[in-house]
Amino acid sequence: MSAVTVSDEQANSTKAKVIQPAWVRALHWTNAFAMVLMIMSGWQIYNASPLFGFTFPRSITLGGWLAGALLWHFAAMWLLMVNGLIYLVLGFVTGRFRKKLLPITPEGVISDTKAALTGKLSHDDLTRYNYVQKLLYAGIIIVGILIVLSGLALWKPVQLQYLAALFGGYEGARYVHFFCMAAIVAFMVVHVVLALLVPKSLRAMIIGR
Amino acid sequence: MGRMRNLLIPGVDKTLLVRDAIKTMPDLTRRRFITGGASLGALTLLTGCDVTDSFSAEEMLKQVSKFNDGVQAWMFNPNAMAPTFPESAITRPFPFNAYYDLDEAPEVDGKTWKLEVRGLVDNKKSWTLDELYQLPQVKQVTRHICVEGWSAIGSWTGTPLRDFLKLIGADTRAKYVWFQCADKDGYNSPLDMQSALHAQTQMTFKFGDEILPRAYGFPMKIRVPTKLGFKNPKYVMSMEVTNDYKGGFWEDQGYNSFSGS
Repeated sequence: MSAVTVSDEQANSTKAKVIQPAWVRALHWTNAFAMVLMIMSGWQIYNASPLFGFTFPRSITLGGWLAGALLWHFAAMWLLMVNGLIYLVLGFVTGRFRKKLLPITPEGVISDTKAALTGKLSHDDLTRYNYVQKLLYAGIIIVGILIVLSGLALWKPVQLQYLAALFGGYEGARYVHFFCMAAIVAFMVVHVVLALLVPKSLRAMIIGR
Repeated sequence: MGRMRNLLIPGVDKTLLVRDAIKTMPDLTRRRFITGGASLGALTLLTGCDVTDSFSAEEMLKQVSKFNDGVQAWMFNPNAMAPTFPESAITRPFPFNAYYDLDEAPEVDGKTWKLEVRGLVDNKKSWTLDELYQLPQVKQVTRHICVEGWSAIGSWTGTPLRDFLKLIGADTRAKYVWFQCADKDGYNSPLDMQSALHAQTQMTFKFGDEILPRAYGFPMKIRVPTKLGFKNPKYVMSMEVTNDYKGGFWEDQGYNSFSGS
């Protein structure tokens, strides 16, 4: 909002430097909020019938018990889905996906991974993603689509049975949904750590510049 | 008891099941399921407002759940059949699942039991088990999906509920068929009419070709393969065709009322 109130001079001088446009920032933080609600309530739901030999500590879950967690999960899902749909539409329509995420070449990913691990990766121009970023951001969008689709299959395994069948039926969808969650949590850990290591990238996602 | 505990299916945490059962004990604090817990603190930090005081998260969630009832009713396709499976896919042993142990399950005397019929129906006669057994029956092998997440495939045989509703002259424009059961603490559950009229919704008298055992709801269970398990009442004592939403055992505690699958 503060961007609206800056003077024209400031606007002109900073226009070229906008790294993250307002719509990206708004959708990013809405997504972050919805994702945290979905994951924390999802852990509580998982605990009611664990797929593996562990449960999530109750202190990091949302909802208190199964019914509460389900209420949170089936409320936050609307926020996540509507926000995600807007993001996908705008990502394609504005050409952002094509410009920012493509092309992804194996050579690029390998050389940038090496550079990252040896601390030689440049962060001078935040408007351009390196190949590791391109791969991870494109990958997490696909995971995001998969977790929503597998979630819909779990919610409506009869009405959306053809969708459920794509995941190997109801039980298959449970595992897909879980592993997508695990991938998103792993992504979030790396994403947050790197944002803190390169604070100007975090600033760009907050104020745009 | 020990033997029956083994009937729980793999993947279902037994201690959690017991804990769930304990949760059903009357406890006013438990109904306030949103409050309490460190997770709420985390949410407070995220939103920057006190979730419990300045606006009622619980009320908002209830409203969304009602909205979700509407969305699910809209999504419900009366012609979409729940997938059926070969007999070889049946989960053996099929899990006993309730908010009490099997030795606390209702013991209904089939000789004296009568299904009571009430509400918006032409013929309010009560039905003995022998009379109900005379009605045409069909068998179906479908997946039972529990709100907890686990699922199991079972074989249920009985009379399509819609045939029975037609037989007793039920007003099928009414909103609900409300079931009352013999479970301790008085289990009951409303079933929306379009789900009640679904071809696979069944008054079940047999499980796996045998008379419904006590564990699975003798003498009668309502099998609704388009609903989550808790919307499939067991030990049914009466049904009422009604336009009033009369609530349900789990529905009143915050579980989504439509809970369609």
